[in-house]
Amino acid sequence: MTSQTSPLLNAKIPEGDIRQKWDNHRFQMKLVNPANKRKYRIIVVGSGLAGSAAAASLGELGYDVDCFCFQDSPRRAHSIAAQGGINAAKNYANDGDSVWRLFYDTVKGGDYRAREANVYRLAQVSLNIIDQAVAQGVPFAREYSGYVDNRSFGGTQVSRTFYAAGQTGQQLLLGAYQALAKNIHSGKVKMYPRTEMLDLVVVDGQARGIVTRDLTTGAISSHAADAVCLATGGYGNVFFLSTNAKGCNVTATWRAHKRGALFANPCYTQIHPTCIPVSGDYQSKLTLMSESLRNDGRIWVPTQKGDPRAATQIPEGERDYYLERRYPAFGNLVPRDIASRAAKERCDEGFGVGPGGLGVYLDFADSIKRLGESAIKERYGNLFEMYERITGENPYQTPMRIYPAVHYTMGGLWVDYNLMSNLEGLHVLGEANFSDHGANRLGASALMQGLADGYFIIPYTIGQYLAGTKLKPVATDHAAFKDAEREVKARMNRLVEVKGNTSPDVFHRELGKLIWDHCGMARNKAGLAEALEKIPKLRERFWREVFVPQSGDVLNQTLEKAGRVADFLEFGELMCRDAWTRDESCGGHFREEYQDDEGETKRNDDEFEHVAAWEFKGVNETPVLHKEPLTYEYVKKAVRSYK
Amino acid sequence: MKNIDLTLHVWRQENPKDTGRFDQIEAKGISTHASFLEMLDVVNDRLLAQGKRPIAFDHDCREGICGSCGVMINGEAHGPVRGTTACQLHMREFDTRGIKELWIEPWRAKAFPVIQDLVVDRSAFDRIIQAGGYISVKTGQAPDANAVPVRKDDADQAFQAATCIGCGACVASCPNGSAALFVGAKITHLGLLPQGQTERASRVLNMVTKMDDESFGACTSHGECEATCPKGIKLDVIARMNGDYRRSVAAGG
Repeated sequence: MTSQTSPLLNAKIPEGDIRQKWDNHRFQMKLVNPANKRKYRIIVVGSGLAGSAAAASLGELGYDVDCFCFQDSPRRAHSIAAQGGINAAKNYANDGDSVWRLFYDTVKGGDYRAREANVYRLAQVSLNIIDQAVAQGVPFAREYSGYVDNRSFGGTQVSRTFYAAGQTGQQLLLGAYQALAKNIHSGKVKMYPRTEMLDLVVVDGQARGIVTRDLTTGAISSHAADAVCLATGGYGNVFFLSTNAKGCNVTATWRAHKRGALFANPCYTQIHPTCIPVSGDYQSKLTLMSESLRNDGRIWVPTQKGDPRAATQIPEGERDYYLERRYPAFGNLVPRDIASRAAKERCDEGFGVGPGGLGVYLDFADSIKRLGESAIKERYGNLFEMYERITGENPYQTPMRIYPAVHYTMGGLWVDYNLMSNLEGLHVLGEANFSDHGANRLGASALMQGLADGYFIIPYTIGQYLAGTKLKPVATDHAAFKDAEREVKARMNRLVEVKGNTSPDVFHRELGKLIWDHCGMARNKAGLAEALEKIPKLRERFWREVFVPQSGDVLNQTLEKAGRVADFLEFGELMCRDAWTRDESCGGHFREEYQDDEGETKRNDDEFEHVAAWEFKGVNETPVLHKEPLTYEYVKKAVRSYK
Repeated sequence: MKNIDLTLHVWRQENPKDTGRFDQIEAKGISTHASFLEMLDVVNDRLLAQGKRPIAFDHDCREGICGSCGVMINGEAHGPVRGTTACQLHMREFDTRGIKELWIEPWRAKAFPVIQDLVVDRSAFDRIIQAGGYISVKTGQAPDANAVPVRKDDADQAFQAATCIGCGACVASCPNGSAALFVGAKITHLGLLPQGQTERASRVLNMVTKMDDESFGACTSHGECEATCPKGIKLDVIARMNGDYRRSVAAGG
C-alpha cells in the first residue's frame, strides 16, 4: 500500500498561512442571500452539542431545519453526561495560554495524526464558544470576583478548562437545547423526537434525505432536504460496556457508510483512565469519574503484589505512585491514553487492587489534608456521591478504585475542511466525524469540538455548499426514497422473522468482549486476525438465533436494539481491520509490536502518517482503503513525551 | 456481594388505549450490586428467553444525568433513596431495608400519558421550555464571557436550579400533578443571571401559561416534589416563580 492521495479524498484545506486560513476561507465563500435561505431545507440528525447547536444556528439564519433524535427529548442526548469541562484558549488564568498553544497541545495530544488546519480553526473558535454559552445563561463556576473560573486537565500545563461542577456537558447541552427550543417555537426548526434514522438517501451522488422510523408508532417515513447533517455521536458501544449511554449507536453513520461515505480511522478509540471497575456480569455500562479528579487525586498501587491490606493500612513507603514515578513533569495529569495503559500495565503485572485485581487507587487523602474536606467537596461533591451510590464505599475515607473504560471514539465518517464527507451534501459533525483529535483526544476537547462544529463552522460551510451547488428538486416520491424505505422495511422484517431464542444483548456482550480483548487498550496482529475471523461467524449466528418479539409497527425496544447490534456486528469488523492494517502505535491505538523500551507508543511516520478512510464494498467483502496524507508545516513533530 | 430474590408487580400496558394491569414476575438471584435498571435487564433477558415481550422502560445514560428513566417503586418516584434516579438506585438498598416485593408503575399524571408499560410521554416539558425557557441570543451575538461579572452566590444558585434533569418525578409525586418545581427551576436559573433579565417578565408569563395549557395541576405546597427530586431542587424556586409571575402581571405583562 502506498501513501498517495485518493481522488475521493480532497480535504479542501484553504491556501495561506494557518492563522489566516479560516478568515480567508469565510471571506471567499459564496453566500446564500438572506431572503433565499428559507427556500432550503436542511436535515440535522442528532441533538447533542453538535446537532442542537447546528439546528439552532441554521434556524436562526433562516433555513428550514428538520431535527431528529431517538431520545424522548433533544435534551437527553449523551453530551449531557460530559462531566469535567470545556477547553478554550481565553488565557483568563494569565498562565501563558494562547490559540497557538491550544492548537499545539491538541496536535501533540493526538500523537500527530490530526489535520493541522482543522485543529487550528478549532482552537480559534474555542474563544467564541465560551462567550456564546455565558450569554445563553450557562452557569460556569465563578470566582468570588464574579469572573469565570478555570481548572487544568490532562495533557496540558495551563488552566484553560471552563466547568460547571462535574456537570459541564449538562449545562452546555441545556444552553444549546434552549436555543433549539426557541427555534422550534418560532417554527424554523421542526423537531422529531423518538425518531431513528435508518437510512441515508442519495440522489445523483448527492445526499438528499433520510428514512426514519417513528419509535412510538413504528411508522417508516421519508424526509427530503437539500443537505443532511449527521451529528449522531460515536461508536463506543461496539464494546457493549462503555461510558456511553445505552442508546448510543453507530447506525446512522454506518448506514451512511453503506451508501458511500468513507469511514475514517475507526481503530482510534479512547479508553478513559478513571472509571468505576466492572463488578459483575449483569453490568450494563461503566461509569466515568471525571478526569478533573486527577488534579487533586493521586494514583497508586501497592508495591507488594496481591497486598491483602486495606488501602488506608498500607504505609507510604509501600505505595507505588506509578504515574508520578514514570512521568515526573506531568505526573497524574498525563494524557488519557498514557494513564490508561499505565494502569493496565500495573494490573497485568499483578499489582492491581479490588476484585479480580482490575483496579488502581485514586487517593484524595493528601488533598483533603492540604485543602480540607469542604474544598474537595465543593470541587467534586457530586462525583464523590455518585461513587458512593454505585460502590457503597465512601471516597472521603478510603481511596476510590478505578480502572480504564471505553469512553470516546476519535474515528468517524471522513470529512473535508468544510465538514462535508466524500458524499456531496452529507455533512458530519461532532464525535460522528473523524475530525480534530487525531489518535487521542485531550480531556475537555469533545465539548469544544461539538460546539465549534455546530455553532461556528457548519453555519458557514453549509451556506457555501448550497450557494455553489446545483440541486434538482427532489421530493419523497422519488424512486430513491421508495427503494430505501423498502430496504429498511425488509431488514426489519428479517430481524423479526428470525424467531430464534436469544436476546440481542447476548450477542452484543459477546461482540463487546471480542473487541475489548483484541482491539481494546492493547492490540496485536494475531489477536486482530482472530477477531476478524470470529466476528463474521458471530454475525451469522446473530442472524440465525436472535429473538425479537412482536412486530415493527408498535413501540418495540428489542427491535431497536437488534437493529443497532446488527450494525455493530458489521462495524466491529471494519474497526479490527483498520487496527490490523495500521502497523504502528499512535495515541489510543497501541499495537504491542510497536513500542519502545519503556513501553511507550512507537509511531511509524514514514508509512502511516495518513488518515485511513475505508470504502464499503458489501457485507463479507473486503473494504477498500483510501489514504489522505497528513502534513505538518507548523507543528514540530517529536516523540510525544510527558516525562 | 450477595444475591436476593424479589417479587415484582410490574405495570403492563400494550398501548395508550389499553387499560393496563399488574403482572407478577419473580426476580430470583439478583445481585445486590446491580442497579435497579440492571435488575430489569436481567428480568427482560429471561422474558425474552421464554418468548415473551420484555418490560418497556425509558433509560439512556444510566448515570443519573439524562433524565430518561423514572418509575414509581412502591409508590415513591425513583424508589426509596433520596437524591437518586432509578438508574443509580442499587439493589442493596432494598436488601438493607428488608424489601422483597416491588410494585413498579409508570409516572401517573394527566400531562404524561402512558405509551407502553413504564414509558410515558413527557413532551409537555419540552413545550414549556419552547414557550420561553431560554435567553434569546443568536449565535455570534455574545460579548466576551468576562464582560459581565456575575456574583458567585447568584451563579451558584443559578447552577443549583439548572441541575434539573427534566425526569418528571416532581409531577409524578405531586397529588395535583403540578409542574411547578420544573418550571420554577428554569425561571430561577435564568432569572438569577444578569443575562436573563431582559426577558424575565415575559418568560415567566409564557412558561406559566403554557404549563396551565398542558393540563398540569396547580401547586398547593405539599412539598412532595422537593422530597422526591433526584437533584435536590428546593421548593424556593416555586416561590421565586410565583413572585416573578405576580410582578409581571402587576406590571401589565
